[in-house]
Amino acid sequence: MDTQQKKFVMHFPRKLVDKPIMSSLVKQFDLEFNILKAYVTPEEEGTLVLALYGTDRNLIKAITHLKEIGVRVQSIASDIKMIEELCTACTVCIPLCPVGALYQDRKTMSVRFDAEKCIACGVCIKACPTKAMVSTI
Amino acid sequence: MAKTIAEINKKIKEGKAVVVTAEEIVELAKKHPTKKLSEEIDVVTTGTFGPMCSSGVFLNFGHSSPRVKIGGGRVYLNGVPGYAGIAAVDTYLGAAALPEDDPRNSEHPGAFRYGGGHVIEDLVAGKEITLEISAYGTDCYPNKHVSTRIKLKDLNEAFLFNPRNCYQNYNIAVNLSKKTIYTYMGILKPELGNANYCSAGQLSPLLKDPFLTTIGFGTRIFLGGGIGYVAWWGTQYNPGVSRTKNGVPTTGGATLALIGDLKQMKSEYLRGASLTGYGVSLIVGIGIPIPVLDEDIVRWASIPDEDIYAPVVDYSSDYPRRTGKVLGELNYAQLKSGEVTILNKKVPTGSLSSYRKAREIAETLKDWIQKGSFLLTERLFSFPSAESGYSFRMMKEEN
Repeated sequence: MDTQQKKFVMHFPRKLVDKPIMSSLVKQFDLEFNILKAYVTPEEEGTLVLALYGTDRNLIKAITHLKEIGVRVQSIASDIKMIEELCTACTVCIPLCPVGALYQDRKTMSVRFDAEKCIACGVCIKACPTKAMVSTI
Repeated sequence: MAKTIAEINKKIKEGKAVVVTAEEIVELAKKHPTKKLSEEIDVVTTGTFGPMCSSGVFLNFGHSSPRVKIGGGRVYLNGVPGYAGIAAVDTYLGAAALPEDDPRNSEHPGAFRYGGGHVIEDLVAGKEITLEISAYGTDCYPNKHVSTRIKLKDLNEAFLFNPRNCYQNYNIAVNLSKKTIYTYMGILKPELGNANYCSAGQLSPLLKDPFLTTIGFGTRIFLGGGIGYVAWWGTQYNPGVSRTKNGVPTTGGATLALIGDLKQMKSEYLRGASLTGYGVSLIVGIGIPIPVLDEDIVRWASIPDEDIYAPVVDYSSDYPRRTGKVLGELNYAQLKSGEVTILNKKVPTGSLSSYRKAREIAETLKDWIQKGSFLLTERLFSFPSAESGYSFRMMKEEN
């Protein structure tokens, strides 16, 4: 079966912050993971941005499991969107993107958005003068 | 042999004019001698598309019944205040105007979601705008309140009149402090996290005619997707700045005041801008045709990005305090590569000015001229020259 990569933002409520959840993803669902960003807010909620690798079936099972135990899961590809008609192809967002998801096509000089790379930090939304970058949540 | 504007216009009318964009002439000049290009090319078109806060529109709404007088009262378009210091149903709406209830920077950085620039974009897009007028009432203008909805097509006159557009050159903004700052040059990350510039470089109008040899009062231009004119030299006009040996200013330099009929314009070339933590503005698309009258004009118009330099300025300290300190100079080829070196650090770059749109404007203007629908004008007078001593003064403050 083909494995694929999907990225998620996960919010862990306080009661789950000290549970070994990530290891269960490996053991129970045969997934590999790569942590892209992690932080704990002052209210001690944990937020994790991670890429998961595995079969489609296992990914669905794992996400269902996480939601059942109280983790809020958002898929990243559908989180930040570029409305191309609103983009004027200035490039102020490009140096601010921490993962290089925004870049310039050197031939057309248009700005491109690679949703696969995006970690949904939202800095582009603040930076865009014409509101071309939006959050779909 | 030198050409005249009348000769070029004759060729335009006959559909025989040879028109190239400023980007194209840069490439042509690498292969062909200047003399040959000056003989073969008639017009070079330029373009720029960036936020220009010193922009706005004069509007006349027609009279209400009973009549109302805005002068001395208040006027709002979609909640954004217009100027209420001229006659009955005239106003000026500035690009940087904000609704009175906008939270501004009370929660820093403010979002500045809607303001004058956005009203102008919405008007041009043909959208309906709420107009609110409150007045004190007179015998001849008794109405004290008018609330209605208007569209651009229903207005009498609507003309864009921008006191300062088209900066010849501009700063490269960086942040040397330890915290993120929010400026009109965009979000600047701490400790040289990014460097933002704002010019189309080799496509930008006043960089291609650095001494304003052809541009002056009455020059017909592309403005916001329609036809406009150069109405005066712009505010903060400063021709005596330092220049490279090819004559190109290495800092701000000249500016232009521009005018044009808003009803001809297109919202794709007049866009409202929200600059987080700073305010609202209007992104203006401008294209200026440069008639190729002689070899000097070819020489200037073909100056490439590599030979146009801009100053690096720290917007966390030197800019707000107006120290005048410059951290270095970089050229537009370096800036457009996406990464530059400043104070021995590799820094990613971003531009507020859109090169893609600048290119689109220069191409559109070229197309208009080739089709014969846009003729060049002879300017009525030139603006203060680099040697004139005309300069940009700073504010006198009482201690």
